Amino acid sequence: MTETLAKSGFQLLLLLLVAPLVSGVIRTLKARLQTRRGPDILQPYRDLVKLLRKGMVIPDTASWIFPAAPYVVFVTAALVGLMTPMTATDAPLSLFGGVLAVVYLLALGRFFLALSGLDTGSSFGGLGSSREMTISAIAEPAMMLAIFAVALGANSTNLSEMARSAVSQSWRFLAPSQMLAFAALFIVVIAETGRIPVDNPATHLELTMIHEAMILEYSGPYLALIEWGASIKQLVLMTLLVNTFFPFGLSSGWSVSELGAGLFFYLLKLLLLSCCIVLVETTNAKMRLFRVPELLAVAFILGALALISTFLF
Amino acid sequence: MNTLPVGETFALGIAAYTAGAFACLASWRKPALARRLCCGMALAGGVLEGLAALLGALQGTPVRWRISSGVPLFAYSFNYDALAGFFNLTLAVLAVAIAIYSFGYLKEFENKRNISLFGFFYHILLLALTVVFTAANAFLFLIAWEVTALAAYGLVTFYHEDGETRQAGLLYIIMAHIDAGCLLLGFALLTQAGGSVEFASFRAAGPHLSNSRQAAAFVLFFLAFSIKAGVIPFHVWLPAAHPVAPSNISALLSGIVIKTGIYGMARFFFDALGVLPAWAGVVVLILGVASAVLGVLYALMEHDLKRLLAYHSIENIGIILMGLGAALIFRVVGHPQLAAIALIAAMFHTLNHAIFKCLLFLGAGSVLHSTGTRNMEKLGGLIRPMPVTAFCFLIGAVAISGLPPLNGFVSEWLTYQSLLAGFGATAGVTRILFPIAGSMLALTGALAAACFVKAFGITFLALPRGAESRHVREAPRSMLIGMGWLTMACIGLGLGVTWFLPVFDSLTGQLLGLRVGANLIAGSGFVLSVGTPHGGTVSTAIIGLGLLVLLAPTVLLIAIRARRFARRHGPTWDCGLPGLSAENEYTATAFSKPLRMIFSALYQPRREIQALFDVSPYYPKEIHFESEIEPAFEKRLYNPLQNLILWISTRMRAIQAGSIHAYLAYIFITLVVLLLLVSRQ
Repeated sequence: MTETLAKSGFQLLLLLLVAPLVSGVIRTLKARLQTRRGPDILQPYRDLVKLLRKGMVIPDTASWIFPAAPYVVFVTAALVGLMTPMTATDAPLSLFGGVLAVVYLLALGRFFLALSGLDTGSSFGGLGSSREMTISAIAEPAMMLAIFAVALGANSTNLSEMARSAVSQSWRFLAPSQMLAFAALFIVVIAETGRIPVDNPATHLELTMIHEAMILEYSGPYLALIEWGASIKQLVLMTLLVNTFFPFGLSSGWSVSELGAGLFFYLLKLLLLSCCIVLVETTNAKMRLFRVPELLAVAFILGALALISTFLF
Repeated sequence: MNTLPVGETFALGIAAYTAGAFACLASWRKPALARRLCCGMALAGGVLEGLAALLGALQGTPVRWRISSGVPLFAYSFNYDALAGFFNLTLAVLAVAIAIYSFGYLKEFENKRNISLFGFFYHILLLALTVVFTAANAFLFLIAWEVTALAAYGLVTFYHEDGETRQAGLLYIIMAHIDAGCLLLGFALLTQAGGSVEFASFRAAGPHLSNSRQAAAFVLFFLAFSIKAGVIPFHVWLPAAHPVAPSNISALLSGIVIKTGIYGMARFFFDALGVLPAWAGVVVLILGVASAVLGVLYALMEHDLKRLLAYHSIENIGIILMGLGAALIFRVVGHPQLAAIALIAAMFHTLNHAIFKCLLFLGAGSVLHSTGTRNMEKLGGLIRPMPVTAFCFLIGAVAISGLPPLNGFVSEWLTYQSLLAGFGATAGVTRILFPIAGSMLALTGALAAACFVKAFGITFLALPRGAESRHVREAPRSMLIGMGWLTMACIGLGLGVTWFLPVFDSLTGQLLGLRVGANLIAGSGFVLSVGTPHGGTVSTAIIGLGLLVLLAPTVLLIAIRARRFARRHGPTWDCGLPGLSAENEYTATAFSKPLRMIFSALYQPRREIQALFDVSPYYPKEIHFESEIEPAFEKRLYNPLQNLILWISTRMRAIQAGSIHAYLAYIFITLVVLLLLVSRQ
């Protein structure tokens, strides 16, 4: 009990601290790749601190859903993070929810965020909610197929078990099914975290925005919670990608030395994945909204192929 | 231990329903009394039946009793076993909620509509449902089945002055009779094999059925039960009939009446027909997937709040069928443990859907009661005048979208786990079917979430869109209590699932001869597991607790921050134009537009825009917009079928010349043919 709490506390701290860092790293790397100077990697922390210090304006039309949504988004993302193995194979709360709980808890956060978009009464909010729910709906089957392909290898939907099974056969990611599943899940993660080519986190142009349109009315501490929650969600999805497919360096215990090594490898893997995301973001243009289903259909097909190849190979 | 008064309590409940029916009829001159009798007697009956179900579960052994009627083949034989008890419990939970709700809801009928007739049909419906779930004689079952359909018809056409309602009622009664016809044929087949119309004889004869006969019986029963349950493509009556009924009846229809189809499947496919071949399970699974996905896709396009909910019933029946189909397949390929988990998933989802769908229909009823419209495009902002209804509806919406930590999540989680296990447990093409079904379940869940963001967001949030939703009041207290009871059931069954799970032990014990409840509970009693070592686990209780624990410091952090600066209220950003009005809001049609475009191959949307302008086309005075989607099943399947039947009827008219001599000749020829047939045997 106390052990679980201590582990949870540690991992929570890690989540809260690393999540903005990853956003910062991606932003800076992207700027460098586009030969811009860009903000430095600590900028997201400054943004959060600044937002937390500001006052906020609540729209007149909003009900209690509007102030409730940021909490739901933040809390679900944090809880999901505690179910995901980050530095060690056994995540603090992995017994209490596997990959299905992770997917559905994130959906709970999205549900409330989409409601808050409608709550303000502005057409931007409705537009954002509508698009967000649409894209997440068509991303879901691809995601589930890819998850099934991985879960079948591990014979479990428990994330720690999945990580443990990955560790026990650490070159498994070379199997065709795993590579296909990784590709499918990578596309889904791009879509779920609202990155180019699906959504542009840096835009405020009404024709193209999705996530930003939903949260247009938020300000001050509530906006901080949403931004922080979104970066935690991004971190969790990236963690899922790196740790279930490339389990190198995952520590099996929680001693200080093991944790140090685990943390080092974890951050290294995140950095590599961030580089991949930056490459994708820089080399692609944002897609038209109605082209996104085609991209996600590709992910779906990849997921289906991954499954079929699990019993061919 | 045969001491618990299960039978007595059950009989008392039946008596309460019967007495209620006639008391309502008798009090037709006093509407206020009729209303109280209608709700009071239903409440009493519901409580008694619920008690009987609990006593039956405590006792653990089936209670049987049989009263001969003096008519050959027909006997009042009842079998109160685990399956009957489970469905009666579900019915009782809903009956209690609806009875309390109706105290307030029926008040507006007083002196306007015939409450006593309503009460009569309502009690007869509850009575017939109770008998359907407990009958152990094919004739008794058929009679109860027919009475259910007729009583439901009486209630569906309660607003009979409306043409749409009459049309829906007609469609309903036609489909109900096709379904009863299939059932009759199925029973005839089994009676021939078993030698008696008692269910016990079917059960004895089941394992000895020849393959072709078993297949024929399966097809007939599946047709009958899936028409009743609204499985696609037999669903057309459901979205027509459920919304036009009074809302408390819609809740009962979608909550439990369609579940009689699920009850029939559980009763016959697992019990009376022997072990069905794998293809039967595959058929059930595939139609389940089709119903789930198409049901939710059609729901998304609705902006009539009650029709939207009716389409979601089709979706959820699909999810239940996925579990049932998986259980049938697992049973025949020799994985009883998995079959039990899949069956629990299906049955638990049956209960959960009954609860949250009833809750949502009652919520929609409150909205209709307060605003007078079901059209979402005219609603909006109801969360302020109707906070309790809004909260209950929100809980129902979260539950039906399968989001943790509520009950819908648990049953969908179990369904996922059984589908996932299916990949390893089966071979060949069936194997790949399971993960595809799983991904379709994911699509269904996500689309349902989108649909309920729309349903809740457009109806309850932001500004009122029409005059109807401007000056409204919260529903009366009794209606709120009825909804509150179901809201608590959603939360309780979600968080406390591991305490409820042992209820399914006797159910799987009866249908599959296996008790798995204890295997499914791990981690000192609050973790749900799939029963395999290192398999998937989840704990809604801990998820709920975790959310609360994490919430506390977050709220504290924001509260400290926000205290330093006043939180101001200001207008929503209106792009600099003066004043945000309801016209600027997103509508239900607009919300579902992206999905309408993505799935346009299915919807075949058609739209018409007419603009009236004086000078320049850029400044229209008036815009007329019309959009509709193609009702594919009605157009592609039912219309040709209807034309075919009409064509055959026209041809048949040739032999009905109206001449009495011709008719006498027909009778004579028929007699001769029959005599020849009989004498040959």
